[in-house]
Amino acid sequence: MKLKYILPLLIITLLTVSCTTDDDVTDSVVLSEVDGLTKIQELSNGTHTLELFNTSGQFKTGYNAISIRVKDLATDTYIEDANLSWTPLMQMPAMQHSCPKSTITKAIDKNTVYTGFIIYQMTNIDGSGWTLTLDYSVNGLEYTVTESITVLQNEKQNVSSFMGSDDNKYITALIEPTTPRIAINNLKVGLFKMENMMSFPPVENYSLTLDPRMPGMGNHSSPNNTDLIYNSADQMYYADLSLTMTGYWVLNLKLLNEDDEVLKGEDVTEDHAQSSLYLELEF
Amino acid sequence: MKKLIIYSISLLFSGIILAQEEVEANTKNDTTNLDEIIVLGRRKLSNYRQEKTLSSIDEFLEKSNKITMIKRGNYAWEASLNNMASDRLNITIDGMQIFGACTDKMDPITSYVDVSNLEKVSVGSGQEGTENGHAIGGNIDLQIPKSKYYEAGLKTSVDLGYETNGNYKIGGLDLEYSGDKFYFNTDGIYRKSDNYKAGNNKEVLYSQFEKYNVSLQTGYKFSDYSSLEAHIIYDKATNVGYPALPMDVSLAEALITSVTHNYNNDSTFVKSLETKVYFNTITHIMDDSKRPDVPIRMDMPGWSDTYGFYSKATASLNKHKLLFNFNGFYNKSLAEMTMYPSDSNQPAMFMYTWPDVRTLYTGVYAKDSYALNTNEILSASLRVGFHHNEIAKEVGLESLQIFYPELEANKRRFLKSLSSNYTLKKEKWNYSFGLGYGERAPSVSEGYGFFLYNSFDNYDNIGNPTLKNEKALEANFKVDYKFKTFSIGLESSYFYLMDYIVANINDNFSPMTIGANGVRVYNALDNASIFDVYLNSAYKISNTISANASLGYNYGKGSNNKNLPLIKPISYLAELNYNIKTFNAAIQLEGNGNQSKYSSFYGEDETPKYAVLNLNLGTVFYADNNKVVLKYGVDNILDADYSTYADWNNISRQGRNFYVNMSFVLN
Repeated sequence: MKLKYILPLLIITLLTVSCTTDDDVTDSVVLSEVDGLTKIQELSNGTHTLELFNTSGQFKTGYNAISIRVKDLATDTYIEDANLSWTPLMQMPAMQHSCPKSTITKAIDKNTVYTGFIIYQMTNIDGSGWTLTLDYSVNGLEYTVTESITVLQNEKQNVSSFMGSDDNKYITALIEPTTPRIAINNLKVGLFKMENMMSFPPVENYSLTLDPRMPGMGNHSSPNNTDLIYNSADQMYYADLSLTMTGYWVLNLKLLNEDDEVLKGEDVTEDHAQSSLYLELEF
Repeated sequence: MKKLIIYSISLLFSGIILAQEEVEANTKNDTTNLDEIIVLGRRKLSNYRQEKTLSSIDEFLEKSNKITMIKRGNYAWEASLNNMASDRLNITIDGMQIFGACTDKMDPITSYVDVSNLEKVSVGSGQEGTENGHAIGGNIDLQIPKSKYYEAGLKTSVDLGYETNGNYKIGGLDLEYSGDKFYFNTDGIYRKSDNYKAGNNKEVLYSQFEKYNVSLQTGYKFSDYSSLEAHIIYDKATNVGYPALPMDVSLAEALITSVTHNYNNDSTFVKSLETKVYFNTITHIMDDSKRPDVPIRMDMPGWSDTYGFYSKATASLNKHKLLFNFNGFYNKSLAEMTMYPSDSNQPAMFMYTWPDVRTLYTGVYAKDSYALNTNEILSASLRVGFHHNEIAKEVGLESLQIFYPELEANKRRFLKSLSSNYTLKKEKWNYSFGLGYGERAPSVSEGYGFFLYNSFDNYDNIGNPTLKNEKALEANFKVDYKFKTFSIGLESSYFYLMDYIVANINDNFSPMTIGANGVRVYNALDNASIFDVYLNSAYKISNTISANASLGYNYGKGSNNKNLPLIKPISYLAELNYNIKTFNAAIQLEGNGNQSKYSSFYGEDETPKYAVLNLNLGTVFYADNNKVVLKYGVDNILDADYSTYADWNNISRQGRNFYVNMSFVLN
């Protein structure tokens, strides 16, 4: 039985030895507060430049986690105590509307970065149509900046805007997993009600049934999934999502209100391969 | 001085002679201790068995009473011993552990060696077969030839074979040099067959195969006591069809290497010490590109690497003959599956079907044969070992956690096995009785398989890492009676298995494979019983003519009151032999009764009875020191269209086949 202990020990020793040499290098590198993020766009009003970041460097339809920095053009420094709010706006031929969004808060453990999310439910084919307005105050002074932005169509359907049987319009969007794995993934979905063109508050205490399927392979499902349940802490919906292999998955959903009445979506059966309410995922 | 030299030379010779006798005696002992030793015909061409000299290992094994070959095609059959297949058996190559790399059992170990590599196959039934590792059904050890310091110089032999059914061609070459301190042996064999035809000229599609095998064995003797040997086998099969399965194999490749040190000394307490270190690696690639209609295209490669050692000592003390074996191995099994959707916009789908499972085993074996008197031997053996599994890939662990959220990467087991045997030999009577208890760990597929599709019952199978060890209590019994020219024997064994591992349907899960009936998850039956009994008889009509016959009955049932799958129905064999020095002939009738106790619960259907008639002939020609051995005959003379209970998805077996094997032995 000695062999069993010797082998791992040897490997551990080798690894530790190689690790110690690396440590000094990583310590000396000063990390920028937006390290790992890519700049999407700068919005400028002459006084300040607002830098928008996310991981991809692009706005796409669906959930967008956004980091913002406010740069004082006079002093060339980043402002650490701004209060920000935003309004995305889509200009349609006959009307205009906004989309679900969060408030903007200061990022934890960071001095110059503010974060929030926007869920673009649609876009024009060429990515045009959206403008973003940021209202903010620095040292009691109010400022504003508006610029048009480009929102590209996400390849897979990661957001769905639909009319429920209660005649309300809803928007649901996939938030997590951002990097799906062959495992039980933590599924996080946002659900919002379109009260009017400008107001999209989160929907509380509904639920969504979950049935993930692979249409490319006989539309098979996966085991041990749970339904999406509301979490009041962050007003999002959570479930266990089992993905048994990589590839293209359709997450078939059915929206139920507090009284368990179906507002949208159907069960997947032999004859009905896909619910009318679904999100897509690919990895 | 002269005297001294003469003395030492004669001493040396007597030593050699003694040693040779010792070997002979050992072999004889083994024959009685082990239930069966199959001597392969190619190296012992005078053997009375009427087989083809160039038949595959599979065909040789099939001739054995207790072994059945499960067939998924015309190549790589899976051995079943005591009605138990690979997961319950320990199949080794000269004591080396080696594990197939296919999740669908398309590459049993026996497919990676050829007759040219081996000298004999020793079969230990049940717990008598635990010298090399833990098993429930027994051990099949494919033994490579022992060292040959014969001073016989160079010897060459060439083998050629042809069979009409399937246009099957075989060629083999063997080169052997033996000196007094050094020998080497190299051989190669090539086989190629097209689709074979079942009875009534019915072509069985995707039953072709092509393979070659080369091996090199060499040894050097340092002294009379000690020698070192090296051995390499390289085996490669390509374009292998599996008519019973939805996929074929484009490559099955094995490299099997070992270095052995031998120490022999009759004057010390330890008579022999054999120590071997080995490594083998297998690559297995399934392929569906030759099938016109598949629901989805997929790649399914698998890899299995094993590193191991054993150290084996024999000793005698008074009337005790002792055997010790200390061994260990480390295996790495990885298999994956990539599926390509017909919609080319969708990405390929990927999963690990064997999530890089590492197995580490270390154990010891001890056996004591105690001669009570000249007629009676009492023997007992014990094996204990530590068995450790680890899922090395994080992705693999997480994928299995879909089914078993609490699953940890490591699983440790302690395995025990013991057996005892009593043998009584009288002039007319031979009698032996044995008892055993053994345990085994689940195989990689049983423990960690992830959506392994089984075309037999059309279910996807999921492994279960929480399985307990499977345990078996075993009793066996054998009696032979010789009456002048007639002999009759009865042998029987009974296994009571506890926590019998079998896959059960789980309706909560949806299958992944398109068209599959559902999902089965490996689980355990509380218990199961397997019983077999064989009646053998032989009659020597004259010095040249003999007849023998055998009748077998098998039974298997689980605690759920369902029949177990792959249990042999009533079987019979009758053979009439004619034998003179340069010619032999045999006519053979072989068949099974109706499979009435089939297991519909585990996906079987009833296989009707069958009988086939074979004719085998052999002629030997001598010219100077050289000889030519000719074996020829007809299999399935009546061209019966049949399949047996062991044929996967009822694929038909070969129809009428004319064959000829020719061996040229040049000294």
